[in-house]
Amino acid sequence: MSEKSFRQAINEALREEMRRDPTVFLIGEDIAGGTGGEGEEDAWGGVMGVTKGLLGEFGASRVIDTPISETAYIGAAAGAAVTGMRPVAELMFCDFAGVCFDQIMNQTAKLRYMLGGQAKVPLVIRMQCGGGFNAAAQHSQTLHGLFTHIPGLKVVMPSNPYEAKGLLIESIRDDDPVMFMEHKFMYDDKGEVPDESYTIPLGEAHYSRDGEDITICALGRMVNLCNEAADDLAQEGIGCTVIDLRSTSPLDEESICESVEETGRLVVVDEGYPRCGFAADIAALAAVRAQPALRAPVKLVTPPHTTIPFAPTLEELYIPSVDRIKQGIREVLAA
Amino acid sequence: MRTIREFEDRIHINSAKGEVPGFIHLSAGQEASAVGICMHLTDEDHIASTHRGHGHSLAKGCDVTAMMDEIYAKRTGLCAGKGGSMHMADLSKGMIGANGIVGGGVPLTAGAALKSRIQGTDRVAVAFFGDGALNEGATLETMNLAKVLNLPMIFAMEDNGYGEATPSSWAIGGQPLARAEGFGLLARALDGHDFFEMYEEAGKVIRDVRAGAGPAFLHISAYRYYGHFEGDAATYRPEGEVERVQKEKDCLKIFRTRALAAGMVTGKELDDIEQQVIGVLDDAVEHARQAPLPNAADLVTDVYVSY
Repeated sequence: MSEKSFRQAINEALREEMRRDPTVFLIGEDIAGGTGGEGEEDAWGGVMGVTKGLLGEFGASRVIDTPISETAYIGAAAGAAVTGMRPVAELMFCDFAGVCFDQIMNQTAKLRYMLGGQAKVPLVIRMQCGGGFNAAAQHSQTLHGLFTHIPGLKVVMPSNPYEAKGLLIESIRDDDPVMFMEHKFMYDDKGEVPDESYTIPLGEAHYSRDGEDITICALGRMVNLCNEAADDLAQEGIGCTVIDLRSTSPLDEESICESVEETGRLVVVDEGYPRCGFAADIAALAAVRAQPALRAPVKLVTPPHTTIPFAPTLEELYIPSVDRIKQGIREVLAA
Repeated sequence: MRTIREFEDRIHINSAKGEVPGFIHLSAGQEASAVGICMHLTDEDHIASTHRGHGHSLAKGCDVTAMMDEIYAKRTGLCAGKGGSMHMADLSKGMIGANGIVGGGVPLTAGAALKSRIQGTDRVAVAFFGDGALNEGATLETMNLAKVLNLPMIFAMEDNGYGEATPSSWAIGGQPLARAEGFGLLARALDGHDFFEMYEEAGKVIRDVRAGAGPAFLHISAYRYYGHFEGDAATYRPEGEVERVQKEKDCLKIFRTRALAAGMVTGKELDDIEQQVIGVLDDAVEHARQAPLPNAADLVTDVYVSY
């Protein structure tokens, strides 16, 4: 066990799985960087440096740089998966799913079903998500809600380096397509990560902290903001349970409902769009399955139904903050 | 080729009777392309097809009865009644799937070719697509990707003259061969009405691709006898066009004339094959009519391997 960054944890997971299974390969834009040029090889290791160094160990036949052609290479990754490989494709930003959504929604997600169960599609699509970099409307979205809507896809979002490694190894070994979402604000976050390989099952939530007064559900970076809020409120004697869901599809409905039945109060914190989104989905789950236990209306702390702005002052208002989370918790406790 | 024609003709008739649910796109008239190419492929080579995919599926070795069951939406169908006409597939035969999205199967085919490249085998992959898909970004992006990664892939464009209701001569700007050559692909124009030309010339191209020559593009002239979909009156085609092609360029007639002239087969042998095919299709249709429907429980299986 040693302290590693979120970026290192992902790199380690990729390296270990590529060593273990010769059918695992990486494909994407600039995941090495510099391919075909006269300058430095492996110049980038991906736009965030996550795949740096893998070219040297595994070579260009398994660390495949592509032209900027998301439809072609995401589709090719799906085709390779259907024919027996385990590709890990890097789709630089989840926003770029818009460019290749047919291959994700109509091909990758549906192949197994359309083929009557003949096909396995063990494809992982890794991508950045999230705001905070003033990257504006097309490089800051958190589109897990969009992916979760589609049967056939699994959707995973780790909240720390430990989860990143364990969930990614699990996702690569999984026989279904997994949308693996990495919050771009977290690549330098540090945490304890075992040196050996380990897996974290998909669809099993983690109780990030236990408290008696209220249940807070979140994913990815939002889990950390929820814990900060909970730390502050603990000083006022308020006990929060923070559930880190880790994946939205499959979803650990049991853990959510059990906790709501114990606390009777629920706040859902999410960086995704609010309409037909993850937060609304969890609220609906509570209404359908745990309504008798609810002692107050459910509170959703999300961005407003708007496009992500460029101006730092506006983006700060957009992304749920520790203060807004605390305010949401207080509202539910006061109701 | 005779099996494909009979298969499509039966569905045309039985669809009009209301026996077949869903959207149906038939490939009668285009048989020589599918057969001329697929005869050079093994089960280890992959193809993907289009919404008009029955012919490619049969040519790649998919089972006639299981395909008919699928089209009749039966549990015993090739895809358990969950895919239907537009999603016919048999991975054990190297058939990745027909596809309901124009151009959608082309990037998937590149994935099969990529597997071959990574593993260093001599397997090839063929993307069948129509003239309409030549204007889809997915197809054009994949041509470039295939060239850049030197994939063992053949882009087989069957130009049947119409993308849905619009003539391909209007919808395609410039020349298809020039487009493919622009991407650096080996490009050939083939007469899809002539089995012998398809077989000989496609065979040479596939051999080259298998040997590592890089991706290739075939512009195959073809014609579909029925409308875009079953129920399409096809009024966008000039009067007499279908009849003229059927009379002058039908691939089965051309095959018969040339095979007889060359002394490859006798008329009786061809007639016997025809009778056999009719028997096979009689049985397949009857089987499909009697086969069991999917169960209610099947609705939610096969979404995931595990969930």
